[in-house]
Amino acid sequence: MKYAAPTTIDEARTLLAGDAGAIVFAGATDVVPQMRAGRPEPSMVIDLKKIDRLMSVSLDGDTWQVGAAAPSSALTSNAAFAADFPGLTEAAGLIGSDQIQNRSSLGGNLCNASPAADSVPALVVNDAVAVIAAADGERRVPVADVVTGPGQTSLAHDEIVVCFELARPAGGTSDAYLRLIPRTEMDIAVVGAGVRLTLDDSGNVSAAAVALGAVAPTVVRVPAAEAALVGSSLDDTALAAAAAAASDACNPIDDKRGTINYRRQVAGVLTRRAAGIAADRIRTRNGQNGAS
Amino acid sequence: MSRTHVNCEVNGDAVDFLTEDGESLLNALRDELGLIGAKEGCGTGDCGACSVIMNGRLQCACLIFAPEADGAAITTCEGLASADELHPLQQCFLEGAALQCGICTPGFLIAAKALLDENPDPTETEVRYALAGNLCRCTGYDKIVRSVLEAAVQIRTPA
Repeated sequence: MKYAAPTTIDEARTLLAGDAGAIVFAGATDVVPQMRAGRPEPSMVIDLKKIDRLMSVSLDGDTWQVGAAAPSSALTSNAAFAADFPGLTEAAGLIGSDQIQNRSSLGGNLCNASPAADSVPALVVNDAVAVIAAADGERRVPVADVVTGPGQTSLAHDEIVVCFELARPAGGTSDAYLRLIPRTEMDIAVVGAGVRLTLDDSGNVSAAAVALGAVAPTVVRVPAAEAALVGSSLDDTALAAAAAAASDACNPIDDKRGTINYRRQVAGVLTRRAAGIAADRIRTRNGQNGAS
Repeated sequence: MSRTHVNCEVNGDAVDFLTEDGESLLNALRDELGLIGAKEGCGTGDCGACSVIMNGRLQCACLIFAPEADGAAITTCEGLASADELHPLQQCFLEGAALQCGICTPGFLIAAKALLDENPDPTETEVRYALAGNLCRCTGYDKIVRSVLEAAVQIRTPA
């Protein structure tokens, strides 16, 4: 196995295109355990961490650019980013230990294509766009369209996720992410739920996005739950309808982490709670700004 | 199998070694440099026994390909003590009986150092979260947590 550390995206793509057995990596927090578990060793591992654009987290006008290889800790330690995307930040901060968060990346979490990836529901509810370096230049793909199944993505072999574009949230908008695991740290989601809400001046929901992880082969967006929330004041009836819609949207597996029925029920509970947290964040921020 | 020449700084000393590209930094530290403090527990980033600080960030050396270390500054548990005395964390672990078999101890010491470098006055909860990536099958963790809190006091208020 060869190791390469290109400093430009073009160089990385050329290496990848020239070797069908090559893979790119950032933290290798999935790659190494997979090799240890017996997956065939790649012929070359291409380290993306020497490419500045893949490591930077920056605000460009009203759009955040998050490098695909930037470690989770670069997000959790960035107060301005965390204020704009508290739910995505807490999702990144739930992945593994401090040791892991100093290596794990949003690009790796997405492209590893685990159904239980914590950051993906949070990216999806924030309408994150993956910027992909391809043979004929860059293309932009909604994050929801990157993963096609467990371990499968829509990327060609020689394509690389460069960064994620996240529009700064409009006023009255915030997000939350909750996951259930049997312990408080260091485990894989039984269910994950991301919610983003926008509240109007009277406190009613004017826009909602709900996405679930670990309950289907890919992350599930739940339009029926979103419809149940929009127009409501987050009253019990609306929250119960959203929870029921989230449970209905699940297509989970039975495994050692949870049964199908358990996952369905928990998806509803987490959706309801995450909506409450997102709304509380909006109200707190409005209070701080002196708005109604 | 490709071999790469790696130059880096380990515990303040400039070192260089030859490594196979697919080798882990953990194996390079142990086999090429003779620094056997960091241990392999799981080999998959779950147990923290191989924790090192590389370029200021706490990481599992088992997940780092050795060539990644080229140009890096690395701290292992061997770099904690000075010539004459143990690091306060080491002294507090000894006095607090924060180890039994000792396999996990180098990782805990390094993870605790990374915490105290960033947060010199952590709460017990913060210590427990910061050490969540380190597994110990002997102590039940309480003595480790208390020893880290005691070391934090000593570092903040040197005798």
